[in-house]
Order: sequence, then C-alpha cells, then structure tokens
Amino acid sequence: MKKSASQILKDNTMLIVLVLVYLFFTWRTGGAMFSPFNFNELITQNAYVFILASGMLMCMLTGGNIDLACGSLVCFLGALGGYFMTIREMAPLPSILLMLLIGIVYGCVLGYLIAYINIPPWIATLAGYLAFRGLGTDILSSNSKTGSISVKKVESFLGIFAGKLFKTKIGHLNTVCMAVGIIAAIIVVLLNVIGRANKVKKGYEADSMMMMLGKSVLEAGIILLVAYKLAMAGGIPTVLVWVAIVVLFYNFITEKTTIGRHFYVVGGNREAARLSGVNTRRIMFIAYLNMAIVTVITTWVVLGRVQAANSTAGTNFEMDAISACVVGGVSAYGGSGRIIGMVIGATLIGVINLGMSLMNIDANYQKVVKGVVLLGAVAFDILSKKRAK
Amino acid sequence: MANILLEMKSITKTFPGVKALDNVNLQVEEGEIHALVGENGAGKSTLMNVLSGIYPYGTYEGDIVYNGEICKFNTIKDSEGKGIVIIHQELALVPEMSIGENMYLGNERGSKARIDWNTTYAEADKYLKMVGLTESSKVLVKEIGTGKQQLVEIAKALAKHAKLLILDEPTSSLNEEDSRALLDLMLGFKEQGMTMIIITHKLNEVSYVADKITVIRDGSTIETIDNANHDIDEDRIIKGMVGRELTNRFPKRENVPIGDVNLEVEHWTVHHPLYPERIVVNDVSMYVRKGEVVGIYGLMGAGRTELAMSIFGQSYGILTAGTLRMNGQEVKLKKSAEDAIKHKIAYVTEDRKGNGLILSQSIKVNTSLANLDSLATNMIIDKDKEYQVAEEYREKLRTKTPSVEQLVGNLSGGNQQKVLLAKWMFAEPDVLILDEPTRGIDVGAKYEIYCIINDLAAAGKSVIMISSELPEVLAMSDRIYIMNASRIVGEMAASEATQENIMATILRSGRGD
Repeated sequence: MKKSASQILKDNTMLIVLVLVYLFFTWRTGGAMFSPFNFNELITQNAYVFILASGMLMCMLTGGNIDLACGSLVCFLGALGGYFMTIREMAPLPSILLMLLIGIVYGCVLGYLIAYINIPPWIATLAGYLAFRGLGTDILSSNSKTGSISVKKVESFLGIFAGKLFKTKIGHLNTVCMAVGIIAAIIVVLLNVIGRANKVKKGYEADSMMMMLGKSVLEAGIILLVAYKLAMAGGIPTVLVWVAIVVLFYNFITEKTTIGRHFYVVGGNREAARLSGVNTRRIMFIAYLNMAIVTVITTWVVLGRVQAANSTAGTNFEMDAISACVVGGVSAYGGSGRIIGMVIGATLIGVINLGMSLMNIDANYQKVVKGVVLLGAVAFDILSKKRAK
Repeated sequence: MANILLEMKSITKTFPGVKALDNVNLQVEEGEIHALVGENGAGKSTLMNVLSGIYPYGTYEGDIVYNGEICKFNTIKDSEGKGIVIIHQELALVPEMSIGENMYLGNERGSKARIDWNTTYAEADKYLKMVGLTESSKVLVKEIGTGKQQLVEIAKALAKHAKLLILDEPTSSLNEEDSRALLDLMLGFKEQGMTMIIITHKLNEVSYVADKITVIRDGSTIETIDNANHDIDEDRIIKGMVGRELTNRFPKRENVPIGDVNLEVEHWTVHHPLYPERIVVNDVSMYVRKGEVVGIYGLMGAGRTELAMSIFGQSYGILTAGTLRMNGQEVKLKKSAEDAIKHKIAYVTEDRKGNGLILSQSIKVNTSLANLDSLATNMIIDKDKEYQVAEEYREKLRTKTPSVEQLVGNLSGGNQQKVLLAKWMFAEPDVLILDEPTRGIDVGAKYEIYCIINDLAAAGKSVIMISSELPEVLAMSDRIYIMNASRIVGEMAASEATQENIMATILRSGRGD
C-alpha cells in the first residue's frame, strides 16, 4: 500500500510548519537565525524542554495525565544542588547523586499516591507545584543574602552539563564535532536502508525506494547541517549529549519495548488493558517515578546553564513540556504520541521563542503568540482526526 | 367496553440493515395493566422508544393514537406532556443528589432563574408517600437501596402527572419481596384508574398483574392474550415467545472427544464491589471439561458476567468463598487478570468496545496485547513476529480488513469481535470464557464465530459460553447451566434441553425461593 503525496504531507504537517517558521524567522532576522551561534543557542536554551517533555510524554500517554510539579521541583532540587556544592562544598558527583536520590524518593511517593491511592495526577502534582517552590525559595533565602546560590566555581559540574566537547575557537571548524555528525548521518542512512531491505525481504509493507531515499537524504542533511553549525560554534555542547541520550532512550522505550506498549494501551483503554493482563497501576507508578527522575536530569542541565540556583528557576517549565508534547501531536487524552513528534514540537516552540527574541518582539506578546500556537495545534489535531473518521 | 387509551397501528421501525419492528399493533385500554413480553431483542424496548418519542415522529412508519388523536412526538418532553411516562430498566437517578432533586431533574419547580426548594421538597414528599416511601426527599439517592430507588423512579413519574406509565423491567434488579411490593403498588394505582404497560421477563409477574398480554417476537406482534382472571398458564406464554423455527444457523461440531475436567469452581460466592452487602454470585459450583462447550444461560442481571469475571482473576467483585481447581489441582489466583492469563484462563468480554479492545490502536497491537511477552526478548518486542502473528490470525479468523495496521475502531462489529477472539486465542488459554460472543453482530459473522468455537473445542480447549440467546445456547453447548438471581438453578445435557424446559427452570426458581 503506497502512501499518497497528500498523506505524506498530512503525516508530516508539523515538520513542514517547523521548516516554514524557521525560514520565516531567518528572513525576518536577516539570516541571524541561521548563524552558528544561534544554532547553539537553540539547543542549549531548549535542552530542558526536550528532556522534561520526554517524561511528560510518558505521563500523557497513560491517559492525558500531566505533572504540574516538575517546574517547582527544578527550583527545589536546584537550590539543594547549590547548597550541597557551594555552601557545603561537597564534590559534584555525590551532590548530583544525592539530588537523584531525593528525586527518586519523591517519585516513589508521588507514584504511589497516584497509582495506588487513586489521587488524580493533577491534584497530586499541584501540591508539589506549591510546596517545592516554597521549599526551594526558603533554602535559597536562608543560605544567601541575594536569594541565589552561585555554582560558578564548581567547574567540573559546569563542564559535565554546560561545557563543550573538544572545545575550539568560535569560527574555526571543530573536526571532532563534524566527524561525529558524519558518522551519525551514515548510521541513520544505513539504518533506513537495512530496515527497508528487511521489510522487503519478508514481504511486509515498506516505503518505496524513492520515499526511503528522500527520507534518508533529508535526515542526513539535517544532521550534517546541525553538526557543521555546531562545529563552527565551538563544538558539541555537552547538554546536547544529555538531550540525545534521554530522547533516544525514550524513543527506544516507546517504540520497541513491551513496557512502552503498555503505556499506550493503558492510555487507549485502561479497562481493556487491565483485563488483558497489563498491570495498569504499575504503569501509572512508573510514569510518575520516571517523571521525577527526568526532572532531576533537567535540574542538572538548568543549574549548569544558569550557573546558579534561583527561586525563579523552573518557572512554567511544566507548561513548556506540556506544550511541546501537545504541539508535537501527543494526544491530550492519552494513548497516542511519539517522541519524534515531541522533538519537532519542542523545536518549533524553541524556534518561535528564539526568533521572536531576535526580532525584539515584546516579551508580553511572545506569550500571546505561544498561547495561540498551542491552541491552534490542538484544534488542528482534533479537526484532522474528525475528518479522518 | 372500556375506552381505548392508546393504539399503536402498524408500527414499522427500520435501522440500517435491520427491521426492528415489523407492522406491530398494540391496543391498551384505559385503566388496565398491559404486559409486553418477548425474548431479548424481540423489539419491546424499541416499541416503547417509538411511543415515548426517543425515536421521533417520521423515523418510523405507522400511527400512534392516544386519547383519540394521532400523536407526533419529537422528544420525550412531548410524550411526557401528554402524560406518557417511561421508566427505564437502568435506573436514571444521580446517586449524589437528593431524592427530591432527582425527582424534579429537568422539571425544576420555581422560576427559570431560581429553583424553589421548599415547593420541590414538599411536593416530592407528597409523591413519595403515594408510593409508600417514608424517607424524606432530602435523603441522598445513594443512601437508599435499589428497591426504594425503583420506587423513587415511580414517584418521579407521578410527579410528571403520568396517565400512562410504562415500566421497562421494573423488577429486574429487585429481590422477591421488593418485587412483590412493587407489583402490589401497581395494582393499587390501577384501582385509582391509572393505565400501565409493563415489560418483563418474569412470567409469574405477568400472570399476577397483567390484564392483557401482548407477545412480541422478532419484531412482530404474535398475539394478545386475555388474562382478566389472572390465571394464565405460563407455558401458554412461553410458547408464544419462543415458538420460532430453527433453521440451520449453527455449524455442527462432530466427534469431539470430551476429556477430563479442566476447570472447576465450588461454592463460588462473590459480593458486589461497591455494595458489599449485595451477593452477585451465590454459592455457584460448576465445571468444564476438555473439548467441551458449556453454555451458561440466564437473563440479563442473573450474575453470569460477574461469575465469569470473578473466575478470571477476580476482575470483578469481592470473592468471599469458593475454591477453584484446574486439572484437579486447587489454584489460588491473585487478584489480577495477569495471573489468570498465566494460568491459561481467558475471558472474552461482552463489552468489546468498553473493556475489550483498544479502538485507537491497530489490529496488530490488539492481537498481541494479552501475550506480548511471548513476542519479546528482554522486553524488546520483535515487531516482525508480531506482524506475522497478527496476519496469521487475520487469515485464520477471516477478519475483513485491508491490513493488520488498520485501527480497530474502523472495523465493523463482527470484525472487531474477531480481533477480540484473536487476542485471546493468541494468549493460548486452556479455558476460554466467552461472554455474549455474538452480541450485536450479523448472522454471517455469527456463523463464523460459531465455527471458531467448534475449532477451539476440537483443539481440546474448554469453552464456557455465556449467552442470553436461547437458540444459540441450545445449538452450541454440550452441557448447559441455567443461572437466575445469582445462582445456578439448573444443569442439563444439551440433548435433553429445550427452550421450554429452560424457561420453565428459570420461572420455577424465581417462585421457589
């Protein structure tokens, strides 16, 4: 069964929108959007969204459930991290492990309350939304006159989360970065070719040769372009490695594993999933424990980028993560949505943010635009589904 | 001769592909209790929905003459305005609201902007007294029992100034005592001149309250029997209800050897999950052997689904007593479907859309769901194998679909049922419990499902088939259990079972205790 051109367009609407929006801002900013520096900015600025939204996606799959507390938790854990590393002068490794441990304990409690006590997720996390902001602010204000704890001196920590791999001067081509890009592009193309060959050999539905080649060229092109731009901007940001690990991990979980499948079926029809032997409570538990762990990783990355713990850290992060998922086609009712969609959604929001900043659009109106984009994406999703019926 | 209050003339109602009512005639005299009887799906409820305006004027053929004039109802409000009030089988009360609030729901006292609660509760109390309830109308509905809730429904109908009251299976969820009280209340209303139509499966009730009985079968009126002396012979009604010719709608199962007992439950007792004082499965003992198809027949609400789901890893209710043996060994299942599947029990639900299938997922995903682990190594799904399995079952069950990647929500009912069966066949159970496996699917698809059941038996599986279609139970089963009011009230070999003696068993049990 070959896909028609209109079907291909329909399946990739958000990607096309992303490209158009990108071109629009490149034009309006006189090419500034396309500079190596802003490529780098786009990634480092939005790293937290990619990571946090990966966890949020898992929660949303289980039935449109969300986590409101993650932004405040970033503030609280960040404050703890600053306290450990700067005030108590603990080494970075035990500090981040301690943050992880606290996150896991919280995740277990939250998961238990939601999965086994049946507290609706948005209420259970609303509590954390309020409490963690308060706790975080208290830690900061009782340990610092400015209400902010700097981690500027903890260089090894910054290196892990906000450094560059094999750093070179800006404007010089970083060979390691470029080499990694080329290898990644080759791997992606090979995977496409082998995947299709396998399907053809076994007689399954497969994309046409042209389709596969087109896809490969496009994907390899994007990877090489990003690699080149980053190579010119001083090398691979370590935060990109973290993002890549998280995104690829959740892509693997959702696409290939039984547990990932269980997330989808629980969201699709919880009762049917239960009667088919899926432990629906365990899935809910894992979703929220996982969300807490992902929030810890986000905290590391944010603390590294800002180089300080603030009481405003993580503000609206939960909304950014939800928006990225929703714009990326994750169903607000659960049961469907893919990591790749979320990545496109998060990038789209990031591009809009960066583009508007470069154009010096008033911050208030930036919020208006973001709101309209979110609503538009959901309306589009619902309408296109209706038409399909 | 009394005045004819309602006459339904040559009513024909067609749904896409099905003629639900074919030229039905019904005459109800003023001041009588008229019973409407027939099997499930015969068309009784459809007829009452036509009368009450749920199916508006113009969607059916024929005329409704009420009080001498032709009525053209477009909504329930129209029919209620004329005094025709229907009380549905499923209680339509909001548990968290008070009795008074429920009675005037959508019919609120007071002005548009403001509800007059004093009038509401005063009037509600008045009508509650008429039905013999002593509760205050301020009590929440969830705090009174089902029997009293049914009376609240009647009070609610009275509050709408009902002249013609239609009761659809009013006693189906009531115990013997409450049922009798309700019937006596009906007789009391009749004394006061109220006209009533009662739809019921319980023929002893028909004989007790009805003045006339109209039998409906396969969408047509068969006959109207006079019962002025309340002495009608139940066999007389049953004959009218089930007297249909059986054509060859069922494939034969040939020479399937029946082996040892595979699954057996003893003294199985289950309580309702929310109202633990209610017993939904009462001291049931039954067994099924290898290669055997055992039918469980009973009317809706008899406890069949509850029994099946409680065997399936206590997926329903609270198990308070009973033992389960598989191959002679006692098995204590954990309270999860997962554990039941591990012990090779499968339950194919009656509600395929509600809790059987994931409509937003593909045939492939649905097929593999109950046995996904067998397709995975280290939790990584072998998608090629999954595709092959889905294809294999698509061919085996002849599911009509362009591809196994098709979303299940896009399939017809019969094909959805096949996907549901495929899921459970792939789980490779030894015991399959099929709950209403042919509900809501057309005759052709039914035949194919019967063939699958025969194949399963031939492969040495044990099949328990729950059904409220008597002909199906008779034709497909080796042995039949008859369930009524939470108990097994009879067991017979298929060779000695007939429609008449199964119905008679149910009726006897209803009266016996």
